[in-house]
Amino acid sequence: MSRSFDILIVGVGGQGTILASNVLGEACLVEGRHVAGAETHGMAQRGGSVESHIRIDAAGGPLISPGTADLLIAFDMLEALRYRHYLPPGGVMVAAEQIIVPTPVFQQKLAIPTPEAIIARLEGIELCRVDAAALAVEAGSILAQNIVMLGAASGYMPLAAGSLITAVMRCVPPKTVAINVAAFEKGMDAGEACRTA
Amino acid sequence: MLGNEGIAHACLEANIDFASGYPGTPSSEVIDSLRVQHERRLYVEWSVNEKVAFENALAAAWCGLRALVTMKHVGLNVAADPLMTSAYTGVTGGFVILAADDPFAHSSQNEQDSRRYAHFARIPCLDPASVQEAHDMIAGAFSLSEEVGLPVMVRPTTRICHSKSDVALGPAGSEHREGQFHRDPKQYVVIPAHTRVLHTKLNAKQSGLATRLVELGFNTAGVRGKTAVIASGIAAAYVSEVIPEEVSFATIGAYPIDEEWLAAFVRQHDAVVVVEELDPVVEEVVRQVAGDIPVFGKKNGYAPREGELNPAAVAGILARAGVLAESGFPAPDPITDLPPRPPILCAGCMHRAAFYAIKKAFPDAVYPSDIGCYTLGLQLGVVDTTICMGASITVASGIAHSGEPRDVVCTIGDSTFLHTGLQGLMNAVYNGANMTVVILDNRITAMTGHQPNPTTGQTACGVESVPVSLDAICRACGVSFVETVDPYDLTGTIECLKAARGTAGVKVVIAKQPCVISARRAGVRRKSFAVDTAACTGCRACVRFGCPAIEFADEKAYITDLCTGCGVCADICPAGAISVEVKT
Repeated sequence: MSRSFDILIVGVGGQGTILASNVLGEACLVEGRHVAGAETHGMAQRGGSVESHIRIDAAGGPLISPGTADLLIAFDMLEALRYRHYLPPGGVMVAAEQIIVPTPVFQQKLAIPTPEAIIARLEGIELCRVDAAALAVEAGSILAQNIVMLGAASGYMPLAAGSLITAVMRCVPPKTVAINVAAFEKGMDAGEACRTA
Repeated sequence: MLGNEGIAHACLEANIDFASGYPGTPSSEVIDSLRVQHERRLYVEWSVNEKVAFENALAAAWCGLRALVTMKHVGLNVAADPLMTSAYTGVTGGFVILAADDPFAHSSQNEQDSRRYAHFARIPCLDPASVQEAHDMIAGAFSLSEEVGLPVMVRPTTRICHSKSDVALGPAGSEHREGQFHRDPKQYVVIPAHTRVLHTKLNAKQSGLATRLVELGFNTAGVRGKTAVIASGIAAAYVSEVIPEEVSFATIGAYPIDEEWLAAFVRQHDAVVVVEELDPVVEEVVRQVAGDIPVFGKKNGYAPREGELNPAAVAGILARAGVLAESGFPAPDPITDLPPRPPILCAGCMHRAAFYAIKKAFPDAVYPSDIGCYTLGLQLGVVDTTICMGASITVASGIAHSGEPRDVVCTIGDSTFLHTGLQGLMNAVYNGANMTVVILDNRITAMTGHQPNPTTGQTACGVESVPVSLDAICRACGVSFVETVDPYDLTGTIECLKAARGTAGVKVVIAKQPCVISARRAGVRRKSFAVDTAACTGCRACVRFGCPAIEFADEKAYITDLCTGCGVCADICPAGAISVEVKT
């Protein structure tokens, strides 16, 4: 059986992981390729930890098994660590630099790892860190962080940048197309910087 | 597209005339897609519960229409009464029951298997392995229903409903029917004299049904070697990823399974592995026909009885059964020492304010609750029980009558109250319980994706309707203490709850405030609040409130841009350090 290219997107409910996975699915349609994916709906959406599976050229089910993802895109550093076991050793992760502190940390005075501690525990994988919030603001809206992240990860995917940009234009609200395309391009530059570093 | 969108579109292609349902993850998006589409004219309703939805659609099918009813697996329990007898009466128009199962209970209270219900009711059940197959099965389900005169269940699971995939669609159908009821008491009035005959007819319909499902291509088998894997539903997709070429493979997409067909397949092998999620439904039939051929599955511990599968888990089953030399999948350990990130109530959610007020007015009480976003009140220590829809009020009256000395205060949402809470309230009043019911009235069925209900003021298709008066319903049940409060007015809400505490009998407090998400969509904007850092004493009272917009650093509280301006934290702050943000 031909091998699919498996992408796991993780983040916090409300960060736009579902829209991001829609863009990847749409890009596959642009290229006429099969895609299967699975995502979190219902209760977990309310600020919880969320994951979207996207399998490009999929021939079987929608789920990615731990240790086998080809690419992990994390919208939050803490979630990057929570899902790192989905990557094989040497796997590629594109992660936003921010940490959204879970509310129970404040309520129950829990310890939260520092960004440095998280990066130390991500050793053994190819990590590309992106300041998605800053790039999204530069592009015109803090809400475009998810599209920045897709741009940053695009160079690691077997999809043409043109297909992804077409997909972004189809999936985002019409009034925000220009901002989101700019966000995607800023992300692409950040991803390119990772790969040439 | 989403699996549920594919299913909805397939209904349009199959000339559907009538659709009803009650929202429930993972089924909700089927009706949500049908109610907003413009490709085909049909009747669509969100009903008040699954039994009501089922009976409406059944009647439409009696009138010759093609009808669909949707629900989650546990919703089928509510609709089980009409389900069991609808198999006796049969249907004339195609009647499809979509019951979505939730292995791993991603968003559910149990992991029950709806295939058991189809078996129990003696109706066919279709079990798709992919989004495309779910789409493709719908047309077959309607025509099969008409062919055999029985309701047909379609049973997707979460990983079908909430999967996304490219789907080959057809055009929406253009055939329309007008319903007409043909009087036939022997068919539709199930008095004992009629139902005995109908039972015989139902049994007669069974012969040939299983064979027909094989003929229609729902169940397939290919002999490739001396070992075989038999899989059903989504598990068949996972098996297809890992099964070696020299191992035979049968896929079960429909029940009842033709035992002669299955036996002919099984007997060509030296060993058989059965892979399916939830109950060992296929495995039980395989064991019946296998004779002395070894069968590996749930019953002898080769496959798990709980949770959901994935390719790695399936490879593990095949490796234990000796079909694969080894699983071939890595088994990395997840990192577990991280702070948890559970789902939480939104910033500005009215439920959090209501729960806070309940805890203040009733610091030591028993708190039965119900099913909805507000089940997350568990994190605030104000949810002691949840069992099924509507059971907050009945559990409360049971505890109140048990002799438990503490106050009993239960919480229930508006949609859940109308679903099956109302009967419990009537019962509690009738039987003289001493308890307080707090109806968390946000005017919407929020958790499943903001579906309208009779309190919303509009129907599924956006037609204006008269909003139900919860106050009048409660009074009509005989409750004399019925008060409506704004939970954002913390002081007023606490005072009202204390008054309820001081009153005997059944008291109802309606905490009314629109869902913060639907309010925002409707254009409601409130000014954000901010902490005066100089005045903040770092006491953490606001932090314990648990709003995601409130953070804490360097011994001071901060309010982030998640704030929706409900202002409740300003009432909580003992130092008066929180107020409307002044933009400089």
